[in-house]
Amino acid sequence: MASKQFDIKTYGGFKGITLLCLVVLYAPLIVVTIYSFNASQSLTNWEGLSLRWYADVFSGPESAKFKEAAKNSFVIAIIAAVVSTSIATLAATGMVRGGKFKLRTLSFGLISLPLMVPEIVTAVATLIFFNSIGFDRGLMTIVLAHIAFCIPFAYLPISARMQGIEDSYEQAAQDLYATKRQAFTKILLPLMMPGIISGFLLAFIVSLDDFIITNFVKGAGVETLPTAIFGSVKQGMKPNIMAISTMLLGVSIVMVTISYFVSKSDNTK
Amino acid sequence: MTTSQAVAIDVRNAVKRYGDFTALKKISLSIKDNEFFTLLGPSGCGKTTLLRMIAGFEDVTEGEIFLYGEEIEDLPPNKRPVNTVFQNYALFPHMTILDNVAFGLEMRGASKSDARTQAGEMLELVQLSQFSTRKPSQLSGGQQQRVALARALAPQPKVLLLDEPLSALDLKLRKAMQLELKHLQRETGITFIFVTHDQEEALTMSDRIAVMSAGEMQQLGAPTDIYERPHNMFVADFIGETNLLEVSVDGIAEGRAVCHLGGGHELTCNALDGINVGSKVHMSIRPERLFMSGEPEKDGSLHGRVKENIFVGTDISTIVELDDGPDFVVRTSNSDRGNKRIFEPGTEMFVNMELGAARLLVD
Repeated sequence: MASKQFDIKTYGGFKGITLLCLVVLYAPLIVVTIYSFNASQSLTNWEGLSLRWYADVFSGPESAKFKEAAKNSFVIAIIAAVVSTSIATLAATGMVRGGKFKLRTLSFGLISLPLMVPEIVTAVATLIFFNSIGFDRGLMTIVLAHIAFCIPFAYLPISARMQGIEDSYEQAAQDLYATKRQAFTKILLPLMMPGIISGFLLAFIVSLDDFIITNFVKGAGVETLPTAIFGSVKQGMKPNIMAISTMLLGVSIVMVTISYFVSKSDNTK
Repeated sequence: MTTSQAVAIDVRNAVKRYGDFTALKKISLSIKDNEFFTLLGPSGCGKTTLLRMIAGFEDVTEGEIFLYGEEIEDLPPNKRPVNTVFQNYALFPHMTILDNVAFGLEMRGASKSDARTQAGEMLELVQLSQFSTRKPSQLSGGQQQRVALARALAPQPKVLLLDEPLSALDLKLRKAMQLELKHLQRETGITFIFVTHDQEEALTMSDRIAVMSAGEMQQLGAPTDIYERPHNMFVADFIGETNLLEVSVDGIAEGRAVCHLGGGHELTCNALDGINVGSKVHMSIRPERLFMSGEPEKDGSLHGRVKENIFVGTDISTIVELDDGPDFVVRTSNSDRGNKRIFEPGTEMFVNMELGAARLLVD
């Protein structure tokens, strides 16, 4: 075999920088995760391994609040992900298969623009909107706001997937006596499915983790997990916050991992 | 073929415009029942557009298309009893081979089990039964091609449309598929309309060929007509190899024209309607219709010298320079080397041909 002294395909000296980036990115998360298993009352003194703060989350003085908030968070995330993914699927179909229409490029930009708008602006705008139409703030306002801001997140993977599907498949389906509707449901939709699932999971996780918009549009007494955690922290940091954060982190990681593998997996092989 | 044969596809004055660009300029042609018909032309000539108009993927700007007497140009693709084999096959990637072939039958209303049984028989016909549970991506290009063919034939269309289906295959497989397609057409009795830019493929497979260029039909005829009696410059140049010369007509008598090639060389050939003494026309002579000799033949020998011999496998191409005249390419079959002579470069010799080898062309 050839010697490794000279390899045209690789750059040297980047390993250190990569490691440094990873440390900066993950050090805070690792510290929180480790200290969530601390037996101590203190946030910073290690006194041995324990699950007491996890028990505290489920049965401690704040457990009722957290359970209610978790239930709200999951209900909102599921509704928001289902509705926004459906809208995004239709939007992607219209954009990619709608033929050439005026302002098509502009429409592409407009759908993904909300991703770049500072979230606080969206939050304020949504709040003003609900106030101006006299909509009482509560669980419903959170659901509606989440549906709205999740659409671009769901749209991106669906649209990306769709642009990779040649229109000759649908032509072949129609050539073989399928109606337009059958070509859509039997050919296009199954081919889009990895993008749709990926979009759904992304919308779900974005909704589950959202704090700023939720905090603006939620009614008094309605909490989601992020707002409940924030409320707790304001009354003083306790290690149970680290436990609940670690669990939320775990859910996020699982979702993102599934999303990654779904978008990689191909039902065509 | 008899003249009473039914007309499968009748295209009448079909025009296709994209904005200001006219892709098809008033095409009219009749394709007969049970015919292997080829649309041949360079890319951009409108052959695929015409095929897609018959399939229903492109609307017809002007004109009509009839399928066995029924007007179809306003019907959507799923209402037309024609099926297409796509250039990239367009096999449904998320379905098994069997489900792909069964798709058209099911959409036509067959029950799932009936569709699968018939699809299985179709796969047997193209010798792919053992792959029925695989996905298209697990098959080779040639196998995918046969699946596409089986899928399009399974619903028993009245006409099968083939859009350059062999272009992605390597030479050997392409040659084998050409014969297989030809046999399949004979066995099924279905009218095939085949689109290709490969003139050799068209000559090999077709009953009739329509040569197209720039949205217009240049010539329609059997392969031998197209090859041996090209109607115009484009057809003579596009089909096969030929010597194209600009000549001036010196005299016309008894249906023969005496043409001047330059450098004092003269050739006699069959006259063409509408040419006069003194007019400049183009002439085509196929290289394999020429032969060389050391002494002049009784009439029509052209004197020149050999510039170069090129070995091309089955033949030898000799480039001949006439005295003060144009260059000629002469093709001699390698198996004929005993009867016909090959001369070394630099040798003086004569180029000869039979009457009828040289053809005058419409521009």
